[in-house]
Amino acid sequence: MHGIISNIVIVKADGAVGQNEICYVYTGDTRMMAEVIKVIGDDAYVQVFDSTRGLKIGDRVEFEGHMLEATLAPGLLSRNYDGLQNDLEKMDGLFIARGSITDPIDYDAEWEFAPLAKAGDKVTAAGWLGEVKEQWVMHKIMVPFTMTDTYTVKSVAKAGKYKVTDTVAVLTDAEGRDHDVTMVQKWPVKQAVRCYAEKPRPSRIMETGVRPIDTFNPMAEGGTGFIPGPFGAGKTVLQHAISKQADADIIIMVACGERANEVVEIFKEFPELVDARTGHKLMERTIIICNTSNMPVAAREASVYTGMTIGEYYRSMGLKVLVMADSTSRWAQALREMSNRLEELPGQDAFPMDLSAIISNFYSRAGLVKLDNGATGSVTFLGTVSPAGGNLKEPVTESTKKAARCFYALSQGRADSKRYPAIDPLDSYSKYLEYPEIRAYLDEHIEKDWVDLVYAGKTIVQRGKEANDQINILGDDGVPVEYHERFWKSELIDFVILQQDAFDAIDANCPMERQRMMYKMVLEICRRDFGFPDFEACSQFFKGLINLFRQMNYSEWKSEKFESYRKQIEQYVSEKSK
Amino acid sequence: MTTRAFQKIYTKIDNITKATVTLRAQGVGNDELATVGGKLAQVVKIMGEHVTLQVFAGTEGLATDSEVIFHGEPPKLRVSDNLAGRFFNAYGEPLEGGEIVEGEEREIGGPTVNPFKRLQPSELIATGIAGIDLNNTIVTGQKIPFFADPDQPYNAVMANVALRAKADKIILGGMGLTNDDFLYFKSVFENAGALDRIVSFVNTTENPPVERLLVPDMALTAAEYFAVDKGEKVLVLLTDMTLYADALAIVSNRMDQIPSKDSMPGSLYSDLAKIYEKAVQLPNGGSITIIAVTTLSGGDITHAIPDNTGYITEGQLFLRNDSDTGRVIVDPFRSLSRLKQLVIGRKTREDHPQVMNACVRLYADAANARTKLENGFDLSDYDERTLKFAHDYSEKLLAIDVNIGITEMLDTAWTLFAEYFSKEEVAIKEELINKYWKKA
Repeated sequence: MHGIISNIVIVKADGAVGQNEICYVYTGDTRMMAEVIKVIGDDAYVQVFDSTRGLKIGDRVEFEGHMLEATLAPGLLSRNYDGLQNDLEKMDGLFIARGSITDPIDYDAEWEFAPLAKAGDKVTAAGWLGEVKEQWVMHKIMVPFTMTDTYTVKSVAKAGKYKVTDTVAVLTDAEGRDHDVTMVQKWPVKQAVRCYAEKPRPSRIMETGVRPIDTFNPMAEGGTGFIPGPFGAGKTVLQHAISKQADADIIIMVACGERANEVVEIFKEFPELVDARTGHKLMERTIIICNTSNMPVAAREASVYTGMTIGEYYRSMGLKVLVMADSTSRWAQALREMSNRLEELPGQDAFPMDLSAIISNFYSRAGLVKLDNGATGSVTFLGTVSPAGGNLKEPVTESTKKAARCFYALSQGRADSKRYPAIDPLDSYSKYLEYPEIRAYLDEHIEKDWVDLVYAGKTIVQRGKEANDQINILGDDGVPVEYHERFWKSELIDFVILQQDAFDAIDANCPMERQRMMYKMVLEICRRDFGFPDFEACSQFFKGLINLFRQMNYSEWKSEKFESYRKQIEQYVSEKSK
Repeated sequence: MTTRAFQKIYTKIDNITKATVTLRAQGVGNDELATVGGKLAQVVKIMGEHVTLQVFAGTEGLATDSEVIFHGEPPKLRVSDNLAGRFFNAYGEPLEGGEIVEGEEREIGGPTVNPFKRLQPSELIATGIAGIDLNNTIVTGQKIPFFADPDQPYNAVMANVALRAKADKIILGGMGLTNDDFLYFKSVFENAGALDRIVSFVNTTENPPVERLLVPDMALTAAEYFAVDKGEKVLVLLTDMTLYADALAIVSNRMDQIPSKDSMPGSLYSDLAKIYEKAVQLPNGGSITIIAVTTLSGGDITHAIPDNTGYITEGQLFLRNDSDTGRVIVDPFRSLSRLKQLVIGRKTREDHPQVMNACVRLYADAANARTKLENGFDLSDYDERTLKFAHDYSEKLLAIDVNIGITEMLDTAWTLFAEYFSKEEVAIKEELINKYWKKA
């Protein structure tokens, strides 16, 4: 080692050095992981995933000969990792000591293995050889992703208990060489796993229980979306709500450069909360990758890749995976700090020039895939973006907008007036509504021409906003009463459909069936013509109506109370309508 | 700072810039301290045998033959119970003379608490200020700044909050504090008889700006001692973090780093996060709560400093002069405490969340009504009522000089609701209305 600048160390290497190769830096008794990020002549620039305090010229560095890898095996679910897949739970002491390295899985645990393949079968990478039960998920044991040929199965272990490092299958390649396969494999996190037959367009919806998403701008299974918003607009609350309620088999939460207390909330709540769909604890389907803002910056960059790689691993088992990253802006900032230390010429706002390419490359790893055996699996990716100054024209937001298909813009104005979730109904969009596949899916699963109803609702909101602008310019009396009616109809949609109380046990999670009913009820009222005598009567009527609807939202689905509010609303409306 | 006999003294400096010196030296560790011509400095870059040092007090008067002595260790603070009641400078040296505190030496800016070992904050900090307790409740283990213009009485509010908060220790980290403000804090704490609970690390405007960079780490190392070792509830006051960030910008500029937004270093977010994330609720009952001040320029929160701060801290408190009542209030629109959900309605009365939201919504309606009025439109009856409500709400609840308990705040809110609105207009869950609606 002959140079140190912040967390970058310059090393004179004895042999060949690979870009992105992993190495270990030794100082005293401490061993810290680092990654090669630039090589110039004999000099390897490595970024240390830890504090470089006290490092000295001449300290030893050992190269590992491989890139940063994720360990993939049964036993990942319910764990809490740092960005480099160290198990945080296994670490001793209150503080994370420098160079703390813990195993990502339990190598001593035994798993009940059941074979799926038999001798003589032809298999390729990600082919299913057997399965073990991990929590309540059938975890497939696959041909390692790194084995790129076609193999013949020579033998598969009999059903029984095995450790992850035990050989459970022997595969023979075209040249007749045998390969032992265990239940654990490794994959370099920065490379996409491409072991599938095809990657079709998304054709199903992923329910989230959040009305402004499911009803107005649905997320597709295998789709991508992002949530930009200034601080305080409720990005994290929204992400947590989605992670609790989303209709997915596996949830991977990447807390990337965000607040530690928010992660603690997940640590404390998820083991208690029950997933309504399966009756299992939420934690059983969740993996948390946590690299909070005060943890080393370099590992922050790695954390999103680690999360995505684990997602792709479970996708290969034919599962529905939802990967969420909060926040991808922090990841981009980590890239910026690195680029800055390497003295690269900066792009806009000092971000690296290839930021846009890196982001779109990452988003492209999500998707619905058809596996070689005909099963489908998916990785749905939802990232948050924290735009500097709430300005959506900054580089991270713009780059992400090009890459993601759903855009959930959180607006400061809505947040200020406590209209949560603050998803702006007019700026936000879901490109999936335009997909014929998705349209057909909604026709079948919700009702015929559902997408037209969605657009009708959006038009009402749009017209309401225009009417309100007129009212604000010309005054309450300066416009026809009809303008007020238009405005209040949009308020009705806003208060009943677009706003949702994430902290109310009942309102927080709204199943699709309930959303459909409420939405149709609201739309039906919006289609009526009331002909109020004056604007005061109009606003009074709608305020009363909104109040009734809100009580309905707070009542249990189809309970006596719920039905009684429904009747009250019907009566209330029929009395007033012409 | 003592030096040891066997240490080598270097007397040839190659380069001197405004803030840094570079010399040839061997066996030097990264982040290590050194004394350059009697001034304290820290290693910031090592290239082969060229070592670059950042001189905290500036390089004025240094010569190429000034003495450089490496200390062989990063900045440290001696911690013990005797820190209480003392005032220190940015290096942890006693200010008004006095004995050096004996105790265990600890590296400042130490490692991170394992997030898995943290507890969820759950203990409410009552301040008596409704703009905080009712609308933006603060919890132990939280980090929250005041966003304030320089002319606002943020230091006074902060001192008030600190004294009412019932903390075991209050640690003041003053950065670029004017001497007047420093004396103000001192006299407020003294008059309250709280001096034995206070530890201060102060860099005043009379000291070199780069020294400020040590203040938060010093303050937080002391805080960790009391919270982790002693299980105490520690409140850390950091004022003014904008001046801290400015010092970061100065250093990064002198080290030829490419600036990002608003001339701030690209690592501003991580630099600030390292400080704020020290706020923690510990399993042993101890906690570190950070209340900071970020001064704004003309209320602009899109500037890189408040912007990055907002993304790190768990909310922010805005002070505003309310023209309607002529009082300073905690702005209900722009202020936010993210951790309030952990206590409101749980540690406080059940109606707290809904009452809080209804108040803010009605206050927003009043703001709309005021806009209408300013634009010369007639006000509806409802508009008139919201304006009257807003006036009372501001005077009886939001003003920072009101000092009442949370239950009293809720009762006051219900009284105001009943005075000006119908039940439908307040739009609160029916069960709560039935229970708490005040019959006028």
